[in-house]
Amino acid sequence: MIKGLLFLASLGPLAWLALNGYAENLGANPIEVITRTTGTWTLVFLLITLSITPLRKFSGWHWLIRLRRMFGLFAFFYACLHFTTYIWLDQFFDLGDIARDIPKRPFITLGFLSFVLLVPLALTSSSAMIRRLGKGWQQLHRLVYVIAIGGVVHFMWLVKADQRQPLIYGTVLTLLLGYRLLARWYAKRRLGFVSGGTPVPFRGMTEL
Amino acid sequence: MLIKKRSDIKSSEITDRSTYLNRRKFLIDAAGSLVGIAAGISVPRLLDPARDAHAGVKLNGVRKSPLSTDETPNSLKDITTYNNFYEFGTDKYSPAKYAKSLVTRPWTVAVEGEIKHPKVYDIDELIKISPLEERIYRLRCVEGWSMVIPWVGFPLNALINQAQPTSKARYIEFKTLFDPKQMPGQYRGVLEWSYTEGLRMDEAMHPLTILAVGLYGEVLPNQNGAPIRLVVPWKYGFKSIKSIVRIRFVEKQPLTAWMKATPHEYGFYSNVNPEVDHPRWSQARERRIGEFSKRKTLLFNGYADQVAQLYQGMDLKTYF
Repeated sequence: MIKGLLFLASLGPLAWLALNGYAENLGANPIEVITRTTGTWTLVFLLITLSITPLRKFSGWHWLIRLRRMFGLFAFFYACLHFTTYIWLDQFFDLGDIARDIPKRPFITLGFLSFVLLVPLALTSSSAMIRRLGKGWQQLHRLVYVIAIGGVVHFMWLVKADQRQPLIYGTVLTLLLGYRLLARWYAKRRLGFVSGGTPVPFRGMTEL
Repeated sequence: MLIKKRSDIKSSEITDRSTYLNRRKFLIDAAGSLVGIAAGISVPRLLDPARDAHAGVKLNGVRKSPLSTDETPNSLKDITTYNNFYEFGTDKYSPAKYAKSLVTRPWTVAVEGEIKHPKVYDIDELIKISPLEERIYRLRCVEGWSMVIPWVGFPLNALINQAQPTSKARYIEFKTLFDPKQMPGQYRGVLEWSYTEGLRMDEAMHPLTILAVGLYGEVLPNQNGAPIRLVVPWKYGFKSIKSIVRIRFVEKQPLTAWMKATPHEYGFYSNVNPEVDHPRWSQARERRIGEFSKRKTLLFNGYADQVAQLYQGMDLKTYF
């Protein structure tokens, strides 16, 4: 029930774009609005995905874990729209230009790399793949940290002067990653004292 | 369909703004006279004291110019709702929303420095120093979009000739108003205020360089840089400084706001050049607002025939 509602809400940004686009209400430069909106929501869904684990820890609402895959896939969904906007509406499938553009522009290089790294995560998101990959799945999906950092820096590098918005995303991401580092450090320290005992991995270590 | 098609309605077919404003004026006058009769005074001017200088008021005696492009101008709506004017916020839709707080009358422009006739001009006096002309120019933003804009203004060289620069005057430094109460974007240090721009004397004297006071035959809207702004069509848009309060003739090359902010990205010249990329993005192509596909950016924004000789012998990659 909650999951269904959140699913619909997650489609909201796309619906907003579609409705306003249809009504020719996206301002003087609609393509820029589409690019910005899909990029912003990719970052938002990445951060939501990363906040599930700390939220669970602090609230004890373990059912939240069931939403994580959906949010992660929405991040991928908006990243696909964002990437499509770039190659279609911005570059018009001029593959030569795109190939020159990607390595030459640091912010595009980073955005592109982050997108490419998202693909294997989306492909291995099914329950069957989780079972099949076992421990390797978690290793693989730690890539999301790199992707989120890449995404935020991609945003910072594209802004001309006003860093306020990128910094908001940067701050939230720092908190979310900082929590994980702290949890890891704390767990290691605790394990250090349990001499001779079987090391019990702290939950925060094995979860994303 | 997400993408706007170019509208079939020509800008000339849209209800004339003066018709619309006449109606507004009639309503204000009617309301004013009613209140005025009651109060025994003439109220229209109280209701709208600076009406004569408001955006949308028609400018009289505007001549056509052979320096105009025959390309189709962007709509008044596009030109007045999609602006970079960080004094009113860094979002391009903010200036149209927030620039109402700018008071453009009374307004003075100090013309000073290495000149024989320094003077503080009242804006209404300044705009009369030379006949107003319509100049339909391409505008290319450093961000990679462009428009065609029917400015109204007069050549900057008319003012320079009146000021009579001394032999020491090699550059001109321009400054925008600094008043965070009117320009709330200045409460944040996104750039070093007040906004500063500059031109070399020969660039400033060039007939294409104008001081604009209008748009589409009417008084310039605040978000477009009222009451008076620079327009240098062969340079990226940020060189065309808005809401000018000081024009100073100087010996040394001025340090502009964007040069202070990121010197490796924004140079003093900032001439439109498809061969010289911004460090973070290509300048080879641009999106003309209202068009779907991008077009090639032209050297000096298509004004190479008129201005290329100003930069003869200069390496445009070094002097970007």
